[in-house]
Amino acid sequence: MKKIVKNLYTALFIMFLYAPIFVLIIFSFNTTKSHSVMSGFTLKWYAELFRDRVIISSLITTVIVAVSASVISTVLGTMAAFGIHNMKKLPRYAALQVNNLPIVNPEIVTGVSLMLLFVFFAARMSFSLGYATLIIAHITFDAPYVVLNVMPKLRQMDKHLSDAAADLGCNPIQAFFKVVLPEIFPGVISGFLMSFTLSLDDFTVSYFVSGSSVQTLPVTIYAMTRRQVSPKINALSTLIFIVVVTVLVVKNIIERKNIRQEEIRI
Amino acid sequence: MKKIASAPYIIWMAIFIIVPLIMVAYFAFTSSDGAFTFENITKTEEYIPVFVKSIVLAAAATAICLAAAYPLAYILANMRLNAQSTMLMIIILPMWINLLLKTYAWQTLLGNNGLINSVLGLIGLGPYKLLNTRGAVILGMVYDLLPFMVLPLYTVMAKMDKSILEAAADLGCSKLQSILKVTVPLSVPGIISGITMVFIPAISTFIISRMLGGSSNLLIGDLIEMQFLGNSYNPNLGAGISLVLMAIVLIVMAVISLIDTSGNENEDRVGGARV
Repeated sequence: MKKIVKNLYTALFIMFLYAPIFVLIIFSFNTTKSHSVMSGFTLKWYAELFRDRVIISSLITTVIVAVSASVISTVLGTMAAFGIHNMKKLPRYAALQVNNLPIVNPEIVTGVSLMLLFVFFAARMSFSLGYATLIIAHITFDAPYVVLNVMPKLRQMDKHLSDAAADLGCNPIQAFFKVVLPEIFPGVISGFLMSFTLSLDDFTVSYFVSGSSVQTLPVTIYAMTRRQVSPKINALSTLIFIVVVTVLVVKNIIERKNIRQEEIRI
Repeated sequence: MKKIASAPYIIWMAIFIIVPLIMVAYFAFTSSDGAFTFENITKTEEYIPVFVKSIVLAAAATAICLAAAYPLAYILANMRLNAQSTMLMIIILPMWINLLLKTYAWQTLLGNNGLINSVLGLIGLGPYKLLNTRGAVILGMVYDLLPFMVLPLYTVMAKMDKSILEAAADLGCSKLQSILKVTVPLSVPGIISGITMVFIPAISTFIISRMLGGSSNLLIGDLIEMQFLGNSYNPNLGAGISLVLMAIVLIVMAVISLIDTSGNENEDRVGGARV
């Protein structure tokens, strides 16, 4: 009896999470623009989606911004974490507090504050908001997550390892690449992946700093939902859903394989 | 010597985190011609109803999320391990779908010609005005942010030492009692991070209110957006409202952290009991 209640609750919960998404997907195949009556099956919205120049170019922008911002933040954040880890207590505390600001601040405040900065300097130094400001803004909210992912790995690392490397004749840079980096690598990778997904998904900050010429995909989607209901958005959602499911399933399979291999080794 | 590695990022943070926030403060306390003024802060008085509405809607959404997510996290944490990781993936997946698309899904469902009203129409009910209501805004917040409540709750519950629950049962607690006296106090850190992860995005949103609330349900986020990119361009007032929003968030987080210390005390007490 209790089990039935539990299963029912879980099922209702999952239904609530997925029903809207599935309705969206179903109506992406509708021949008319209606979201309540299925009139027939078609793939024309998908064809229109791929023919839509704005959507394709904003998709490319999103990927360019996400890749560059996450790569730069990973380098910047890993170096920062290494430096901050070796600081004295007080400066370390201060640096980490500032690092946390973009995480705890409401996104809209981060967006607005960066917009004020960019607009102020754009007027005085005659540049316009676009790729550069987007990438700078994305690095600003990505890098804190890299720092937070790398710091615990540095803390777990045996302090004497880099001393040993120095004793054996490594200079500090060699010691970092040969000893420290391999130790903290899982943290670096998870920081990078987190940055990348955050950048891909970001709407609020991009909305304020992208200016009028360059748009990321979420900004374009927002503009589309403002105009009128278009099944093209449904088609786009379907494709995004498929990509997300594939990525998560593959990730899960790899993780399970790793766990099993470790079990075998033990 | 090693500290130098962090120099580029320290400079980065100074320019792109500290300076922009100082600019917000500067704009908040100046008029458009650069003179010092309190007007932008005092003007927010006009918008007190908007602030109250934002706090009430965000608090309602947070409470609903907590009430709905808590039992689920509990059920999840007590499943077989294999089932746990699969279920967790199912719960996390919607977090990866863009918030705009999820909100758009509800926009199409709730409309006068939307699926919900059509289905109700089949049994002779409605059409009801579902879109552009407060309820729709709360629903959107709950839907978009629910996984962010489940995740931290599940994390603390999964890590919880099951022997403490056994000890509670041995000492004569009923199942309900042990949930109330052991599970809930021990899950306080999860409750707190869940509340912050839902409340902050909810109170500062402008997408959800814009897409589901219509023009009559403006929230703080909408006010700020309108001052920077909307019709009523006034970055000074926008900065003033942003400053007030940050203050509200800080106060809420401070209040929540008060619960956190009591949670730590409980943890100590449990730890002490174990010794």
